[in-house]
Amino acid sequence: MAEALLAVEGLTKRFGGLAATDRASLQVEEGTIHALIGPNGAGKSTLIAEIAGEIEPDAGRIRFAGQDITALPVAQRVKRGLVRSYQITSIFPGLSALGNVAIAVQATQGNSYRFWSRARRDPRLLDPARALLEEFGLGPRAAIRAADLAHGEQRQLELAMALATGPRLLLLDEPMAGMGAEESAAIVEALGRLKGRITMLLVEHDMDAVFALANRITVMVYGRPIASGDAAAIRANPEVRAAYLGEGDA
Amino acid sequence: MVETREQRAALLGLAVLAILPWAADAIGQGFVITLASRVLINALAAVSLDLILGFGGLVSFGHAAFFGIGGYVVGILAFHAGEGEALFGLVPGTDQALIALPAAVAVASLAALAIGALSLRTSGVHFIMITLAFAQMVYFLFVSLKTYGGDDGLIMSRRDGFPGIDLRDNTVFYYLCLAALAAFLALCDRLVGSRFGMVIRGCRENERRMAALGYATYGYKLTAFAIAGAGAGLAGALLANHDKFASPDMLHWTKSGELMVMVILGGMGTLYGAVLGAFLLIGLESLLAAFTDHWMFVLGPVLILVILFADRGLWGALAGASRDG
Repeated sequence: MAEALLAVEGLTKRFGGLAATDRASLQVEEGTIHALIGPNGAGKSTLIAEIAGEIEPDAGRIRFAGQDITALPVAQRVKRGLVRSYQITSIFPGLSALGNVAIAVQATQGNSYRFWSRARRDPRLLDPARALLEEFGLGPRAAIRAADLAHGEQRQLELAMALATGPRLLLLDEPMAGMGAEESAAIVEALGRLKGRITMLLVEHDMDAVFALANRITVMVYGRPIASGDAAAIRANPEVRAAYLGEGDA
Repeated sequence: MVETREQRAALLGLAVLAILPWAADAIGQGFVITLASRVLINALAAVSLDLILGFGGLVSFGHAAFFGIGGYVVGILAFHAGEGEALFGLVPGTDQALIALPAAVAVASLAALAIGALSLRTSGVHFIMITLAFAQMVYFLFVSLKTYGGDDGLIMSRRDGFPGIDLRDNTVFYYLCLAALAAFLALCDRLVGSRFGMVIRGCRENERRMAALGYATYGYKLTAFAIAGAGAGLAGALLANHDKFASPDMLHWTKSGELMVMVILGGMGTLYGAVLGAFLLIGLESLLAAFTDHWMFVLGPVLILVILFADRGLWGALAGASRDG
C-alpha cells in the first residue's frame, strides 16, 4: 500500500506539565474523511494546530504527501495543499462574502505584489469565488458584508474559503460548532458532496455527523489516540465506551 | 468613468481646489493660497498615513518621522548647495526640486523600510509604541545636529528651482502641491483596489487567517509601510520648500498625532477623507486660534462626535457607503 497522505508519528507537545499531545500517531488515507473524536480537552484542536503548523511540536514527525513537513511554516504547508478551517469562525468581517472567497482564491494565483489592476473586476478571482459561493448556497448573499451573515452562513463561507485554496487535505476543526440542526445538515450535505474529491481530517462532537461522513474514526483521550477504525468498530470498542462514559461528555 | 457618488464628490473637491487661487485673488484674500497649500501638503501626509492606518490597520504613531525626514532632506541638500560643500564629502547639495523631491521620497521610504522592518515584527499596542519610539529617536537625532540648526531648525534661503516654472510664486507652488496630492491619491486609489490592496485589507481584518490562506503577510505590510513613508516624505519635502524651513516640529510626536486626527476626522480607510480631515483640522485651528488659544477645546468634542457617530468619518457622510469588497 502507498504511504498515507498524512502520517503523524509520535507527536508530542507539552504545555508546562500537561502533555496536550502525547506521542500521538495517526494516518489519513487519500480520498477519505477521517474523523477525530474525543472528550473535551483530549487535545484534538492542539493536534490540528500542530498539523497545520501553528503550534510547533516538541517531538515527533509529520509527513504530508511523502515529505517531512514538521519544520515548515504555515504558508508553506498551505502551498502544498494542507489547509485548515477554524473552530471559532475566522473570516474577514469587513469584506463582502464574495471578497472573502476572492481573497482566498487570490492566494493560489502567485504573489500579490500587483499594484495596479482592480482586483474587484478581475474574472480570474471573481469567477471561481462566485462558483464556490454557489456551491455552498451563498450565491444570493455574495455582496453582504461577512460580519452581517448569519452564524451558519459564516461557517459555510469559511468552508468555501478553505476550499478556494485548492487543498489536498482539509483540516476541519468543529465545522458545525454552535449551529442549529438545519444549518448542521446543510454543512454535512456540503461535506458529503466533497467526499472522495478532497481528503479531510474532521474534528467534530456531533456523532450523527461523524458516523454519516467518516470512512474512518480515531478516538483521542489525554492527548493520545486510543482507537482507530470504521464506524462499526468504534461503536463496539469497549475502551472508547469507557473513555466517553468516564468523561461524561460526547 | 464617473460612476459613484464617491467619484463625483472627489471630482467636485478637485474642481473647487483648482479654482481656489482664482477665487482667493478675486476677494483679495491672497493669504488663503499659502494656507491652502499647507492644507494640501498635510493632506498628502494624512492620505499616506490612511494607507497603512485605515486600510492596513497599522496604527503607526510615528508617521511624522518620514514627514520630517522628507523636509530635512530638502533643507540639507539646499544647505550644502549654498555652502558649495558636499555632504560627507560625497553627496553634492542641490537647490533643484526635480532632484531634491525624489531624493526626499527615496530617503523617507528607505527610513520607513528600516523602521517598518523592525516595528512590523510587533502588533497592537507594541506596534504603536515602537513606531512612536523610533520617531522620537529621529526627532532627537535632528535636534542634536547643530550643523543643521539643531533646535532652531534649518532655514533655506529660497525655494528650490523647477525648470519652466517659478516656485517662488505662491500660486504656482499651490498648484504643484495640488498636482502632487492628486497624483498620490490616484496612485493610492488604484493601490487599495489592487490585489496588493486586498492583501493589506485582509491583514487588517484578520491577519491570522491571511497566514492560514498562505500569505506571507510581513512583506506586504512592509511594502505598504514603505509606500506610506514615501508619501509622507514627499509631503515633508513640499512643506520645507513652502516654508523655506525644515524644523524639528515636523518630526515631533504631536505631528504624528495631528496626522492621525486628520485621518480619523475624515474617515479611516477612505483616502479622500484624509484630505477633508486636513482641511477641517487646519481650518479650525486657524479660525479658532483668532479667538482663543484653547482651540483644542472645540476640536476635542468634534473628534469625539465623529468617532461615535460617523462610521467612516466626514467622507462617509458625504460620499456614502463603503466600497470595501
